[in-house]
Amino acid sequence: MTEVKKVPAKKKKVEEKEPSLWETFTKGILKENGLFVMVLGLCPALAVTATFEGAFGMSILVVLVLTLTNVTVSAIRHLVPNAVRIPIYVIIIATEVTVLKMLVDAFAPDLAKELGVFIALITVNCIILGRAESFASKNNVVRSALDGLGVALGFGLALSVIGFVREFFGTGVIVLGKTLPLGFEHTVFQNLGLGEYAFSILVQPPGAFLVIGFLLAGITAFRQRKGAKK
Amino acid sequence: MNLLAILISAMLINNIVLMQFLGLCSFFGVSTKMKSVVGMGFAVIVVTLLAAIITYPLYHYVLVPLNIKYIDTIAFILVIASLVQLTELIIKRFSEGLYKSLGVYLPLIASNCAVLGVALTNVATPQTYIEALTFALGSGLGYALIIITFAAIRLRLNAITVPKALKGMPIALVTAGLMALAFMGLAGII
Repeated sequence: MTEVKKVPAKKKKVEEKEPSLWETFTKGILKENGLFVMVLGLCPALAVTATFEGAFGMSILVVLVLTLTNVTVSAIRHLVPNAVRIPIYVIIIATEVTVLKMLVDAFAPDLAKELGVFIALITVNCIILGRAESFASKNNVVRSALDGLGVALGFGLALSVIGFVREFFGTGVIVLGKTLPLGFEHTVFQNLGLGEYAFSILVQPPGAFLVIGFLLAGITAFRQRKGAKK
Repeated sequence: MNLLAILISAMLINNIVLMQFLGLCSFFGVSTKMKSVVGMGFAVIVVTLLAAIITYPLYHYVLVPLNIKYIDTIAFILVIASLVQLTELIIKRFSEGLYKSLGVYLPLIASNCAVLGVALTNVATPQTYIEALTFALGSGLGYALIIITFAAIRLRLNAITVPKALKGMPIALVTAGLMALAFMGLAGII
């Protein structure tokens, strides 16, 4: 009995202590993964993951935008009146997304074509506004930058995994250098000859829902098993 | 392209939710209750159409002549946010009943990517004003149709046993995937 009581008390103590910078950075990657654990930001996760490269390109953009917006919001957090903070955050995010969109248009036109309207729609991605509101508006610049980077890397990791699964099982190969300006073009896994056995439905819209649904189910099953062991 | 073709294409064939993946957060978030999806569906129809009515002339007669069309995202988001606020005020003033059923969903729409997505698609494709409005109406109708159907399916899902790991979000996603598969069959209509 005494042992049972002791454990929660100890746990509480750990929670009360301010998390270290490393923890701030890493918690967003796996433990509180925006897509797989909280199921936020579904629109881009479904729309741009038909190819691995598109998903990876989107990940890079999200990492840039989220880190930048978190830093900006955190830097001006004492100047913003509380009542109008959300519109101000939205304008900040929209501005930074616009700047990024112009850069992508200029330096990676193929990526811009592949992602289409979804670059502009990063503006209304709930993860970005969510981090601005729930973290950056209350913490200092360094912490916000690390939090933004961590959460964005977690989201990007999830996007890349989905993109990889969809393209690999949907076409049998992974094409590199077609949409990202890598300077070379290379098709990976071509010698496996899986092309004829590919489920082409996975690269089409229904495949997006199915892949994410089953990936989420797999993660839930894994967590339940881990929880049962403990 | 004639208007009916645009309407049907926007509503069924290139359905905004299942084929273009817009407005998914609210699609999965709200569709657990039958009553709320009807309100949400109507709110999206109204705001999408109103946003199209304003953003199309704004883009073609203000942003393009001034040569600042790169700020379209910022401008549209401001328009949509104020539009939502305005609609809320007007509905509140004139119809208490409608406000009670729609009111809570209006703020949600400001951050709904369906509205911004339709407004941005509308100006990115070369088309006339009336075609743009038809596209917006069709998209809104398509959203309402899908979210109401999906809520009905989810009601059934609550009543059956699904594997433990698939409970909740995963089974909802798989269901949406099967719906998308069914909607792909409509591709040959036009």
